[in-house]
Amino acid sequence: MANETVSPEALPRASSAAPAKARRVLPIIEIVVLAIALVVPFVLEDYLTIFATRVLILALFALSFDLVWGYGGIMSFGQALFFGCAGYGVALLGRDLDVTSILLVLPAATLIGLTAALLIGGFLLLGRNPASVIFVSLGTLTGSYAADRLARGWYYLGGQNGIPSIPPMSLGQHDIVEGLEFYYLALGILIVCYLLCRFLVRSQFGLALTGLRENEARITFFGYQVQHLKAIVFALGGAIAGLSGGLYAFHEGFVWPNILGVVFSTQVVLYVLFGGSGTLIGAIIGAVVIEAASFWLSNTFQEIWPIILGVLLLLVIMFRPAGLISLIVSERERVGSFGQPGRRGR
Amino acid sequence: MATGMVTAEAPPAGRGQAAAAEPLLAAADIVKVFGKLTALNGAYLTVAPNEFHGLIGPNGSGKSTLMKCVAGAETPTTGSVRFDGRDITAASPAERARAGLSLKFQITSVLPALTLYDNILLALQARTSLAGLVFSRTRGVLHDRVMGMLEQFRLADRAGEPASALSHGQQQWLEIAMALAPEPKLLLLDEPTGGMSLEERRVTGELLQPIRAHCSLVIVEHDLDFIRDICDRLTVLDQGSVLDSGTVQHIQASPQVQEVYLRRA
Ligand SMILES: Nc1ncnc2c1ncn2[C@@H]1O[C@H](COP(=O)(O)OP(=O)(O)OP(=O)(O)O)[C@@H](O)[C@H]1O
Ligand SMILES: [Mg+2]
Repeated sequence: MANETVSPEALPRASSAAPAKARRVLPIIEIVVLAIALVVPFVLEDYLTIFATRVLILALFALSFDLVWGYGGIMSFGQALFFGCAGYGVALLGRDLDVTSILLVLPAATLIGLTAALLIGGFLLLGRNPASVIFVSLGTLTGSYAADRLARGWYYLGGQNGIPSIPPMSLGQHDIVEGLEFYYLALGILIVCYLLCRFLVRSQFGLALTGLRENEARITFFGYQVQHLKAIVFALGGAIAGLSGGLYAFHEGFVWPNILGVVFSTQVVLYVLFGGSGTLIGAIIGAVVIEAASFWLSNTFQEIWPIILGVLLLLVIMFRPAGLISLIVSERERVGSFGQPGRRGR
Repeated sequence: MATGMVTAEAPPAGRGQAAAAEPLLAAADIVKVFGKLTALNGAYLTVAPNEFHGLIGPNGSGKSTLMKCVAGAETPTTGSVRFDGRDITAASPAERARAGLSLKFQITSVLPALTLYDNILLALQARTSLAGLVFSRTRGVLHDRVMGMLEQFRLADRAGEPASALSHGQQQWLEIAMALAPEPKLLLLDEPTGGMSLEERRVTGELLQPIRAHCSLVIVEHDLDFIRDICDRLTVLDQGSVLDSGTVQHIQASPQVQEVYLRRA
């Protein structure tokens, strides 16, 4: 991907008649976002760094949904299930087994998310007939709802109150507590996951996913095992959601049933639709903008902020169905190119 | 009955195939019922290796449905489909593709958002392993074949443009190129020249000729001149049944076929 950047003089004035190569803005956005993320803790007050860390963790969660919906075309309306299962899982590890080492709990969270997604994805996606979008969204939604109810009713999981005062995550003797340290940990993990996703969606596998999303029926006739492709993306999404859930549990120090539920599942859908699904950076921007707006609005307009936020979201989704990112990134650039046309026999 | 026909008349371009060899494709006694409508009623289609076979018939006679039953887009209500020595009646579309079947539907379905190059690459890489796809292992290897395909269909200079920028006729060429890219043993084309100018049709015929060396073709067309020019044998469908099947000369002389076409004309 990186090696197809065009030299500026090779750029004709972009017009519909000569759509050859448009200016590429996605890498610029990525670098700007990264630069901002790196300096934010030095600009913000401490309590805001803690807030920003939470936003990074939610952005990681948004990334997982974007992979599943924006790239795999699978409407997972219950993505919080994987986030919450992993959150509860590591909370129990910490509470009951005193396992808090980052080297154990984060892989465990990822594994829990992955396993849950494999089970649900296998059930929903690998049936005899291709599953419809409605079937999958209702199936995942139901899973999320059921898990929420189960957690509320189960004494071992703390019922309505969830599991409070989870011990902090540790590395050797050192405790990783909220603040600068946790911020950069979350940022590092987000960057690694982002790069992995980016590698994947720009690979030939990503091309297959694009085909799947654009015309699923057609590509089965090329010989693609469409259901397998979907199950893999769904499982990866589950793994990343699990990782973010694990981070969240230790950052907040508690878990409660809402992080499994339908409202939280919908929230991540909004992040991604708002920011722009099908671009990885769009998911991140969506999460950051919505969380920052809610934070600011809830301080400034204490009573009516949910309404203002709702109207904002509605406006974007109505007038910019491809999300905020589509204001600056063209459809062509969003889809991108996977191979590089050129002479034969290089 | 279907196999009998092939042995009776040896296929014209049997290149090294024994005369009595099994046909490449043998769809027999195909019945397809949609609700109350019987779209196919005991239809058959037999294609020898390297044969160009035309499938003709009035609108609604079941041509597309028969093609779909062969490709796996529809499952026949009863009947059997054998391809390359295997029974594929119950095989999934992906399995059929891997066995060497390739098709272009009546409705053009290139991927408009992708570049021409990526459309072809998408078709070509379908047999790459999962790990190969994730690590883009075949991208380099397939480059020459992608460009070769585009050159063959006179689209190479537009390789980097999105398919949506092509004219309707060029989109059809792109789709034929996509169908041919994986080097299938049998190519099914449903009305490939729909919406093309006369000149584009002529070129399409030219573009198809060279594939005879390695591939059989079943083509549905309303343009009878076009069909006559490129096909060795024809099958005529009418109301879901085969009216007649044989060489072009045989069909042209057939009184039943004359009657159907005269009745409509
Ligand atoms: N999925 C379907 N459901 C119900 N009826 C169908 C379906 N597909 C085809 N048919 C019907 O089956 C009959 C045969 O259709 P088919 O498309 O095979 O005809 P055709 O010979 O390809 O016609 P044309 O020349 O117009 O393309 C038609 O009466 C059509 O309406
Ligand atoms: Mg038809």
